[in-house]
Amino acid sequence: VDSQVTCPWRSNLVRPRKHIKNCYATYSPFQATSSVEIIMFLFNLQELAGEMVLMFSLFSVSTKAPIQWEERSVTAIKGPSGRWMIPPEAKESMDKSKIGLKGPLKTPIAAGHPSMNLLLRKTFDLYANVRPCASIEGYKTPYDDVNLVTIRENTEGEYSGIEHVIVNGVVQSIKLITEKASKRIAEYAFEYARNNQRISVTAVHKANIMRMSDGLFLRKCREVAENYKDIKFTEMYLDTVCLNMVQDPTQFDVLVMPNLYGDILSDLCAGLIGGLGVTPSGNIGANGVAIFESVHGTAPDIAGKDLANPTALLLSAVMMLRHMGLHGYAKKIEMACFDTIRDKKVLTKDLGGNSKCSEFTNEICRRVQDMD
Amino acid sequence: MAVASLRRSVLSLNRTLRGSWCQAPDLRPVCVSACQRTPERSSVHARNTFKVTMVPGDGVGPELMRAVREVFKAADVPVEFEEIHISEVHNMASEEKLDQLFTSVRNNGVAIKGKINNPMAYKGDLASYEMKLRRKLDLFANVVHVTSLPGYSTRHNSLDLVIIREQTEGEYSSLEHESVKGVIESLKIITREKSHRIAKFAFDYATKKGRSKVTAVHKANIMKLGDGLFLQSCAEVAKLYPKIKFENIIIDNCCMQLVRNPYQFDVLVMPNLYGNIIDNLAAGLVGGAGVVPGESYSDEYAVFETGARHPFAQAVGRNIANPTAMLLSAANMLRHLNLDYHSNMVSEAVKRVIKQGKVRTKDLGGYCTTEDFVRAVVNNLGHQSVY
Repeated sequence: VDSQVTCPWRSNLVRPRKHIKNCYATYSPFQATSSVEIIMFLFNLQELAGEMVLMFSLFSVSTKAPIQWEERSVTAIKGPSGRWMIPPEAKESMDKSKIGLKGPLKTPIAAGHPSMNLLLRKTFDLYANVRPCASIEGYKTPYDDVNLVTIRENTEGEYSGIEHVIVNGVVQSIKLITEKASKRIAEYAFEYARNNQRISVTAVHKANIMRMSDGLFLRKCREVAENYKDIKFTEMYLDTVCLNMVQDPTQFDVLVMPNLYGDILSDLCAGLIGGLGVTPSGNIGANGVAIFESVHGTAPDIAGKDLANPTALLLSAVMMLRHMGLHGYAKKIEMACFDTIRDKKVLTKDLGGNSKCSEFTNEICRRVQDMD
Repeated sequence: MAVASLRRSVLSLNRTLRGSWCQAPDLRPVCVSACQRTPERSSVHARNTFKVTMVPGDGVGPELMRAVREVFKAADVPVEFEEIHISEVHNMASEEKLDQLFTSVRNNGVAIKGKINNPMAYKGDLASYEMKLRRKLDLFANVVHVTSLPGYSTRHNSLDLVIIREQTEGEYSSLEHESVKGVIESLKIITREKSHRIAKFAFDYATKKGRSKVTAVHKANIMKLGDGLFLQSCAEVAKLYPKIKFENIIIDNCCMQLVRNPYQFDVLVMPNLYGNIIDNLAAGLVGGAGVVPGESYSDEYAVFETGARHPFAQAVGRNIANPTAMLLSAANMLRHLNLDYHSNMVSEAVKRVIKQGKVRTKDLGGYCTTEDFVRAVVNNLGHQSVY
C-alpha cells in the first residue's frame, strides 16, 4: 500500500483496494462505547495520504466523545444501469447512521465520471450548505469582527448542469428555481436561526434582473418569514451585499440564497476570515442526513508531509457534534482549538507558524485533556 | 416686422439644429435679405460646445447631476447637457421616452447617466430599461476603474484595478419562463462572438493603458459549456497579444483573493453577472459606491456613469450622497471628448479635496453635505498644478 503513513494510532490494516488507482485509508477503529455511529468518507488519490494524518488527528481529539467511526470510500463506480454512483456499501452505511464527515475530494479532470461532490449531493439530497464564518482570534486578517452564517441552496439554481449548444458558438445554460426547493431552504434557514439564537435572516437575490426566478425565491422566503416572527427578515440585492460585506461585515447575520450566489458569497466570507483552510462547512440533506466537510482542496503538494492544517476539518467536526446534540464535547474541542491558535506557539505553516500537523493536533488534544 | 420674423425663424432654425456642435444664438441683428441663411458666428459669444445627453435617473441621480453641472459651470467647461428624464418606477415609464433617449444618444454620441431603478414587482416586462438601453445601443463593455483615493485609507490601499464586464448577454438575458407552476427556468446565453468581442476590447484596453496582465473570471468547472466557451474565446484572443500576460481564475476563488490579496490582479474581464459582483466588491474595497467611476462603451457611443450602480434611494433629499464617483466619471467623459485641460482640472480638484480630508461626506466618515463637497471642489478648481 503506497499510502502507508507511520502513525502511532494505526493498529489494524484494512485491506487496500489495489485494483483501483486510488489508495485506501488505514486507520484504527476508535471508541466502542457508541450510542451514535458516524461514518467517515475518505477518498484518496496517491498524493493524498497527508489527509490521513488529518483524520487521525481528528480521532485522537475526539477521544472521549461517544462516537464510533466507520470509514468508507466514495470512489465512483459504474452501476449496473451504466450510470455513475457511489459504492452501495457507502450508501447503506450512510443511510443507517445519517451523519458523515468528509475530507477533501478531488475529481481528476479526465476522470470520465462527474464530480464526487455532485454525486454525493444527488444521492443524499443534500439541499442546504451551511458555512458559519467567524473571525478567529489569533489569525489576523483585515476583517476582525466577522460573525455570520451563509446558507446556500445546494441542489438547483445555476448549477443544475443543464447546458446545451444551440448553434455553433451559442451556448445556453439553464438556471432552475423551484417553489419546493426555495421553500425548503428558507425554512431551514429560519430554523437554523432560531436554534442558534441568531437575530436576523437576510435573503440575497437579484430579483431586479431575474424577475421571475429570483422573484419566486424571494416570495417563498417572505412566506416562510411570516411563520417566524421572532426573527428579523430582510432582503438585499447581491451587489449591495458584496459592497457592504467588504466594508462592514458586522451588519450581516444569517444569509440565505440560491446556489450560485451562495457559492460566491460563502467563499467571499471564507476569505474574510482567513481562507478555506479555517472554514468549516456542513451539508444538510432530507431525511435527517448530514455530511460535514472541509471545503479546501486536496493539496497534493503537501500531502503526506504532515504539513496540513486540520482546523477546517476540526471545526467541521465540531459543527457535527453540535448537530448531533453533543454540545459539551463540541465546546471543549472548539475552545481548545481556538486557544491553541490564539496562543500562537504551535501553529501550522499556513497559520503562520512552523509546526507540523501532528504537533498542532497534539497540542489541541493536550488542552482537551487538561480541560477534563 | 420682417426683420423680427426673420430673426425668429433663424433662431428657431438654430434651435432645431441637432448634432455634436451647437452654435450659440447670434446676438447681432440679422441682415435683411431674401434668403434665409444662418448668421455668422459672433467671435465673442459663440463657442463650440459639445452636446451631451444627461439622464439623471432615480434616487440620488438628480442630486449628483446637479453637482456635475455646478462644477462644470464653475470650470467653464464647453459642454451643454440635454436632459432626458426617464424612470421606470415613478410612473414615467413609456416607450416614447425611451425612444427619445435612444435618438438623443445616437445624435450626441456621449451620455452621462445615473441609475435607472428597476421595479421589484414583476409587471410583465422581463427586461429593465437599463438592459434595453444597453442592448439597443449595443453598449457591450462596461469598464470600472477601481483606484484607491490618496488620503482616504481603507483596509487595502494603493489599489489599481480595471474591471471589464460584458454587458449585453450572459445571465441578464431576460429570458425566463414558468414551465410548470412552481418551476421557473432562466436562460443564460453565452455566444462566441460576444465573448470574443469583449476579450478583444479588454486586451486592446490593456495595451492602450499600458497594463501588463489580463485575468479572465469564470465558472467553467461547473458551467462547462457556457463559461468554457467564454474562457476559450479569451484564450484565443490572448494569443494575439503576446506582450500581455493572460490568466484565468474561478469566480469564487477570485472573490476570496480580492479580499485577501487584491494586488495580484490588474485587468479583469468577465461575463455579466460576475462583473456585477466583482464591480461592487472592488468598489467596497476602496471606499464604496460613492467613489468609483465607470463607463460603458459600444462601437459608436460612450455612456459615463458610476461604477457600482445603485440608486441609493434612502439618501434622496437628505443631501448626503457622495458626488465623487459622478465627478470623476464626468472628468473621464471630458477626456473622452478630448477636453484634457478641463478633465484634469476637475479630477485634480476632486482628488485634492479628498486628500485634504476636511470636507468629507458621510460614507467616507465625515459630516459634510453634498453641497459642501461640491463647494469645496469648486473652490479648488483654480489651483491646477500642471497643464
